[in-house]
Amino acid sequence: MPSALINVPKKARRGDVIEIKTLMSHIMETGYRHTASGDVVPRDIITSFTCRFNGTEVFRADLYPAIAANPFITFFTTVTESGKFEFEWIGDKGFSETAQASITVE
Amino acid sequence: MRIAACIALLTAVASTALAAEIPQAERRSGYSFMSPDTKAMQDEDTANPGMLFVLDGEALWQRKAGTANKACADCHSDARISMKGVAAHYPAFEKALGKPVDLEARINLCRTNHQQASPFAYESHELLALTAYVAQQSRGMPIATGDDPKLAPFVEKGHALFMQRQGQLNLGCTNCHDDSWDKKLAGSAITQGQPTGYPLYRLEWQSLGSLQRRLRACITGIRAQAYDYGKPELVELELYLMTRARGMPVETPAVRP
Repeated sequence: MPSALINVPKKARRGDVIEIKTLMSHIMETGYRHTASGDVVPRDIITSFTCRFNGTEVFRADLYPAIAANPFITFFTTVTESGKFEFEWIGDKGFSETAQASITVE
Repeated sequence: MRIAACIALLTAVASTALAAEIPQAERRSGYSFMSPDTKAMQDEDTANPGMLFVLDGEALWQRKAGTANKACADCHSDARISMKGVAAHYPAFEKALGKPVDLEARINLCRTNHQQASPFAYESHELLALTAYVAQQSRGMPIATGDDPKLAPFVEKGHALFMQRQGQLNLGCTNCHDDSWDKKLAGSAITQGQPTGYPLYRLEWQSLGSLQRRLRACITGIRAQAYDYGKPELVELELYLMTRARGMPVETPAVRP
């Protein structure tokens, strides 16, 4: 049951630099670990994170096995109009999660 | 002869001084030993990975389970009201068993007795999530474990275990967490071992973990044989530690390095 925590300011003034914080629940299994019987624990990580604002991509990150469980990604962007941020996480084993948050620009 | 007596007396004084409990005014949560970055992570709910478990716990609270087909919410309704302050009193005395149980065991008792479902495994995602959700309702409230006089003999047992040296390193909990909490071990703060934020998100674990997991890790660290999950010794230690932290605010879900 994956869950995400998103922190986007509800309001901003036109042209403001805003900080966006995202936290996604994921085990981020590296693929380098072995079980007690010597079998490789298969890799299971998030490979890509994307943020779109009103359909336009504003931020993208590729994730690799060295990133800790429950990746916390924060970034800055500027806002010029009210709209909706859409977040998408894609990963191994068909992992695909989305979340969204709205902002009002005054 | 007189010198020998003096030395004996001085040693006795020194050893009692070392074994003394930490005075109320000097009690410090593990939080105060952390770096500003880790503190910021705990302080903000959208940055605290423990909150992911709390969210899952909230969903589990509403989910029907077992042959009774009841959810926690069917008996306890809104956890934000019914579970407020509950975790601050745990471990609590369980009449039917005649011994104290911790919050995890209480949730599993509820599952087996009232939901007629199989108990969750220790450290399973579900048990940690539900425990975190219940305990979070007490966040900010002072720990009040140990009011029940029936707990007294178990607190005493926990205290004895806390003082007892064991393992290849021949250390008791007290040697680090009463005597040396202002010092460092391999670059990390030793801390007082105040269990204010369990279950908590430990960065080293990359997961939420219970106080029993933490205790077992510590016991392995002094190279003693760790008690199995759910063993009375661990519950008694939990109980003593919570009475030792009485009055300190609950931080669940805390973040620790």
